[in-house]
Amino acid sequence: MATAVVADTGERENYLNAGHGPKSWLLTVDHKRIALLYLISITFFFFIGGFFALLIRLELLTPAGDLVQSDTYNKLFTMHGQVMVFFFLVPAVPAVLGNFLIPLMIGAKDLAFPRINLLSWYLFIIGGLLMIFTILSGGVDTGWTFYTPLSTEFLKTNVVSAAIGIFFAGFSSILTGLNFIVTIHRMRAPGMTWNRLPLFVWAHYATSIIQVLGTPVVAIALVLVVLERLFHLGIFNPLLGGDPLLFQHLFWFYSHPAVYIMILPGMGIISEIVCCFSRKRIFGYKAMALAVLGIAVIGFLVWAHHMFVAGISVYAALIFSLLSYLVAVPSAIKVFNWTATIYKGSITYQTPMLYAFGFVGLFTIGGLTGLFLASLGVDVHVHDTYFIIAHFHYIMVGGMVMAYLGGMHFWWPKISGRMYPEGWGKLAALIVFIGFNLTFFPQFILGYMGMPRRYHSYPPEFQILNVLSTAGATILAVGYLLPMVYFMWSMRYGKPAPPNPWNAAGLEWQTHSPPPTFNFDEEPVVTWEAYNYDEMGEIPEKPEKEEVPVAH
Amino acid sequence: MSDHKSASGHTSEHASTQTREHISEHISSVGSSVAIWLALLAGTGITVAAAFIDLGPFNTIVALTIATIKATLVILFFMHVKYTHEKLTGLVVVSAIFWLFILLALSMADYTTRLWR
Amino acid sequence: MHTSQAAVDEHAHENPALLHHFATEEQQKNAASLGMWVFLAQEVMFFGGMFCAYLVYRYKYFADFGSASQQLDIKLGATNTVVLICSSLTVVLGVRAAQLGKRMALVFWLLATIFLGLVFLGIKADEYAEKFEKHHVPGASFSYHELLPSQKKLPEAERQYADPHHAEMYFSLYFAMTGMHALHMIIGVGLFGFLAYKAWRGKYTPEYYTPIENAGLYWHFVDIVWIYLFPLLYLIDRHR
Repeated sequence: MATAVVADTGERENYLNAGHGPKSWLLTVDHKRIALLYLISITFFFFIGGFFALLIRLELLTPAGDLVQSDTYNKLFTMHGQVMVFFFLVPAVPAVLGNFLIPLMIGAKDLAFPRINLLSWYLFIIGGLLMIFTILSGGVDTGWTFYTPLSTEFLKTNVVSAAIGIFFAGFSSILTGLNFIVTIHRMRAPGMTWNRLPLFVWAHYATSIIQVLGTPVVAIALVLVVLERLFHLGIFNPLLGGDPLLFQHLFWFYSHPAVYIMILPGMGIISEIVCCFSRKRIFGYKAMALAVLGIAVIGFLVWAHHMFVAGISVYAALIFSLLSYLVAVPSAIKVFNWTATIYKGSITYQTPMLYAFGFVGLFTIGGLTGLFLASLGVDVHVHDTYFIIAHFHYIMVGGMVMAYLGGMHFWWPKISGRMYPEGWGKLAALIVFIGFNLTFFPQFILGYMGMPRRYHSYPPEFQILNVLSTAGATILAVGYLLPMVYFMWSMRYGKPAPPNPWNAAGLEWQTHSPPPTFNFDEEPVVTWEAYNYDEMGEIPEKPEKEEVPVAH
Repeated sequence: MSDHKSASGHTSEHASTQTREHISEHISSVGSSVAIWLALLAGTGITVAAAFIDLGPFNTIVALTIATIKATLVILFFMHVKYTHEKLTGLVVVSAIFWLFILLALSMADYTTRLWR
Repeated sequence: MHTSQAAVDEHAHENPALLHHFATEEQQKNAASLGMWVFLAQEVMFFGGMFCAYLVYRYKYFADFGSASQQLDIKLGATNTVVLICSSLTVVLGVRAAQLGKRMALVFWLLATIFLGLVFLGIKADEYAEKFEKHHVPGASFSYHELLPSQKKLPEAERQYADPHHAEMYFSLYFAMTGMHALHMIIGVGLFGFLAYKAWRGKYTPEYYTPIENAGLYWHFVDIVWIYLFPLLYLIDRHR
């Protein structure tokens, strides 16, 4: 295989050492570099969102609202939610792993629109700066959901800058989705037919459809909120004939499918990991591909299940309840198929697989509790309680964040050219799993027993469960910090990674670790099916050394 | 180290060996463009005229129907959707309309079935 | 030895418009075209949110909306509709000129489109100014005291007036929707200005006119939005 060598250091030229200095990074159009720019950005915002979470859990250690005032507490949970949803969860997998891997997986040199890719990142940064400005200028306390007329009429906080910041982040995600759709349609290498696409790519395709068609609606909803605040319009103000529920319809039309934006890429990751570490083809490839599309489409039909107690008509509520049950079906199919894939596979328990196991179990719990919530009667009881909080954190943190970490570990050798320390990886995965369950399982019980969300004080009988939850949160924090430390450690001291340390299927493993700037030395021609593990051997015990020396 | 499973290691032969491809694009004739333009103007005139006639609840329906016909003409002819070989374009157009329909229909399902005004 | 790099250099030598990550010009053109259509799909949803708001309130306050709609000048609205339809024709003729390699014709049609776009915006500004004078701009200075439609037939004492709050709702949506539309037109005019300059410099040929075509798609979309805005905003209950 032809490889170029960088003249002065003697190491093989790859996307990391091709060009140095800030300009080569800030003006890059290489999808892999842009993915790393996103990685740094979303990690930064994860810390900020996590910091707010820490303050929330500290306040909730005691029944009295004694750490912060209630207005401040409102700001804490609002900004925790907004930062985590819009500046971490939505972009994390697509903008980091999707950006990095999709061209590699389909055998292309880059995404269809590399400059728009860079623009996406800059829009994200602008949105992020506006969010930071909001935080530093006193914060916003609308709840992450910006409900009107509270956000339009009654609050003196910086609703406008938060809304505009999220608008920019949303526009960034629309462009990412647009880029992916065109790339997947137009840039596949010869022989890479739709039926041979990795499920990671299918998942991002479905996600991109949601991003393109859903995000504009929340964008216009936020524009209307800003206009209403600035010009006192009355579109959502009942005193002027407006309907607060109109805002909720427009907001949730996006924000429900948004949760599928957050989870579908994670599901794509899990399919890749599960196949590799069971050494088996995915069970039911077509069903898995159709399932992600099904989730994307049906996911658009269920939004008003967030509004069951808000005042929508009972008949509309019935329709949305029924549709919400329906959306669970394709998700369940995926869980069954992952299980069937693992069954009688040649299973090994490297770190990515540990995260995958965690995902399948925790996502199932989160999803099942979603079914409870789809039932009108149950929802009336647990709406706006900690049951809801536990439900969505099981999916978002137990599901999506675990999938993200699993994916980062799985593809870290490809991205960085280094192996992470496996022992520490397993330990961190275990700590995350334990910490997560200790944090959020008590919240199911708390919610069912009636503890409301968004309150900073609570009856004393709820304290023991809250203390357990906070304890879990500190353990979880340790579990998240560990990978950050050893990933950075590995950049310098990790074992150099061969092109395919896992002996995994997929085009991304058929180029160097890290890849050259244009991804492949020669354009690949695909003549094999996806997940052709029956043609491949076992995972090598010790990763083979690369022939060309890599700089230390 | 090369794990390429490709049958042949050939590079992309496309444009480097072929002459510049002539993409077969439909070029609209002036006549057909003017015809569509006249149809659009006629539609506008009819819409305005119909607005002044009392058709009861059908006023809105007539106005929106004419608007939809005009939009369809623009999409199919001015935007070349009729002449493209790409079925994907049509799928994108239909999807956008369908998704808008979901937003409007399910939202109105709430508003029209509330028992209070 | 970079085999792919060598092929890239050959491409660049052949056609500077071909970007490095595409294998052929056709692939690049198809990608750009699909990209623009997907962008328009999200624009449909963006405007769609406002259409949803409009639909909800028109359903709730039909009579008041009828009264407010009659405050708009139907002649100006219809003129603007005609202006936009003409500008769509000039765009189509411009794309055709590009396809046939007629540089000056292309520039002419692009400038014609810009001219018509500016006419539209000028008429819109005039309408907005009139609304401002009549205190129909929502906000602190809004004031509305007009009859509901078909009230003039009734004796003076029985005539009903429109609810000013609901009328303000109409005008909020009027300004939001036409304002967003006008913003898109301004962007379109600027885009065509840039393209007209590039066209004059000879950048577009029968082999490469993708930006013209895609800008045309954008312009037609903006026209379609107005095709719906006009009857919805200007023609409610006009017969009364």
